[in-house]
Amino acid sequence: MSQSLEKIAKESISGELTTLNLGPTHPATHGIFQNILKMDGEKIHSAEQTIGYIHRAFEKLAERRPFNQITPITDRLNYCSSPINNMGWHMTMEKLLRIELPKRVEYMRVIIMELARIADHLVCNAVIGVDTGALTGFTYMFQEREHIYDMFEEVCGARLTTNIGRIGGFERDFNPIFHQKLKKFLKEFPARFQEFADLLERNRIFMDRTNKCGPISAQRALDYGFTGPNLRAAGVDYDVRVMNPYSSYQDFDFTIPVGTNGDTYDRFMVRQQEILESLKIIEQACNNLPEGDYKADVPEFYLPPKDKVYHNMEALIYHFKIVMGETKVPVGEVYHCVEGGNGELGYYLISDGGRTPYRLHFRRPCFIYYQAYPEMIKGSLLSDAILTMSSMNVIAGELDA
Amino acid sequence: MQSLTNRSRVVSKKTMNFWERIYLPAIFGGMWITIKHFFKKKATLRYPEETREFSKVYRGLHVLKRDENGAERCTACGLCAVACPAEAITMVAAERKKDEKGLYREEKYAAIYEINMLRCIFCGLCEEACPKEAIFLTDRITPSNFERENFIYGKDKLVEKIDQRIDVSGRQKHITEKK
Repeated sequence: MSQSLEKIAKESISGELTTLNLGPTHPATHGIFQNILKMDGEKIHSAEQTIGYIHRAFEKLAERRPFNQITPITDRLNYCSSPINNMGWHMTMEKLLRIELPKRVEYMRVIIMELARIADHLVCNAVIGVDTGALTGFTYMFQEREHIYDMFEEVCGARLTTNIGRIGGFERDFNPIFHQKLKKFLKEFPARFQEFADLLERNRIFMDRTNKCGPISAQRALDYGFTGPNLRAAGVDYDVRVMNPYSSYQDFDFTIPVGTNGDTYDRFMVRQQEILESLKIIEQACNNLPEGDYKADVPEFYLPPKDKVYHNMEALIYHFKIVMGETKVPVGEVYHCVEGGNGELGYYLISDGGRTPYRLHFRRPCFIYYQAYPEMIKGSLLSDAILTMSSMNVIAGELDA
Repeated sequence: MQSLTNRSRVVSKKTMNFWERIYLPAIFGGMWITIKHFFKKKATLRYPEETREFSKVYRGLHVLKRDENGAERCTACGLCAVACPAEAITMVAAERKKDEKGLYREEKYAAIYEINMLRCIFCGLCEEACPKEAIFLTDRITPSNFERENFIYGKDKLVEKIDQRIDVSGRQKHITEKK
């Protein structure tokens, strides 16, 4: 035994360190994560995380799929906000193909993406509540999430793995039922959300539990490459939507909530406020939704309507070419990032002009957060480690890809 | 840390005032909120007895359509199988005999058409790929089963019955857009 270990062994209560497997299928970790903890009584002495339990080789799969078939793969990255993943991918392709989108499409995308962000943050914050012992708020917020899923269902036909949108626009326009549901949501959600906020935000039990739990300094967070709410909680106001606007985000007026020292309470509060900011963005996009088409005019990449396929030779040719992935794409290299549910979600695409990507890399924020996890929980109690994990919103699907 | 934008706003206040420090208001406030929820409408459905309404464009169990004369529309071109990201569709094509004109719309048809429902991810790309409007996803759910082989749906389960047509007009874009 090395000297330092001996020293620790002397300092610990029972004189020895216990090895504890937290996961891979532990009921308190939401997803399949394994952490091998060296415990000194209830205190965590050191931790080592393992990854890969639901690795599905998405990057390799993508090398064998035509571009439009990659969208369903992106659904399964961060499945709490799959529309953002889908649209990030569409935008990457549009960047490669240099497709200009109508303003209406961009605004529609903003509405869908912000709804997805609300759903994502609701799950995360509700689960922080659950892990601190407040299950009630969780049940209320999941009702609201269902309303968001109802809206997705009206647009694309699915709730969780949405496969929403196409390269060059949407598969169909928003229907009146969607607008009606959205209006109802915008009217009723703030009051319901306020209830949830009243339950937790200024509740002393919750504050005592989450303050100073799993903190990370701004410098360390930047060193690791944190983005999104976790970085903002540490006090850095970095938001892709502001720093590098895509999909007309520059048209909207919203602020960036930041925390102070990057602990669980900060992360919780940042997400709480971001939900309200997202609501503000949706309202603005709804009120200023431009008239126009729900898709760009790109016959080489956007499937023609079915009746045209029967009567128009050109449409028939395009239909077969698009489905079989035979349309020419430029050779090139693009990186596009969007502000995903929990950070900067980037797509790095190399195209050699073939029918599939030569290489597609997903910059997955969860993968980056998880690296910092041992450092964040070192020296804290086991129950704090659970809470830190849920407040970082590490989602196994995105972590392992 | 220096600020990157002029749009940031610190949102977490960690000091508590007097009322927040004496637990009680938060506890009673929380109880009041929970008690109010006793009297609200239930959010759940008693599933097999009650069902929720699906949207018109819901992506559920597939159907292979027949045309207005009752002939199968599918011509076994294989585009759906090519478009399937999960590789769930297989088919075997056959040539139509003279006396089968009422059964199949085109001269070539799918003698075997199978979808493996355990592989299928219900993304709807097969429906978009179909140039004959033969396959559609519907607002029905694939029922559960105990055996794996029962999830491989053949034509017996996929083709719609002549007397029980399945309405897919909500998913046919050129029809819904004309309305």
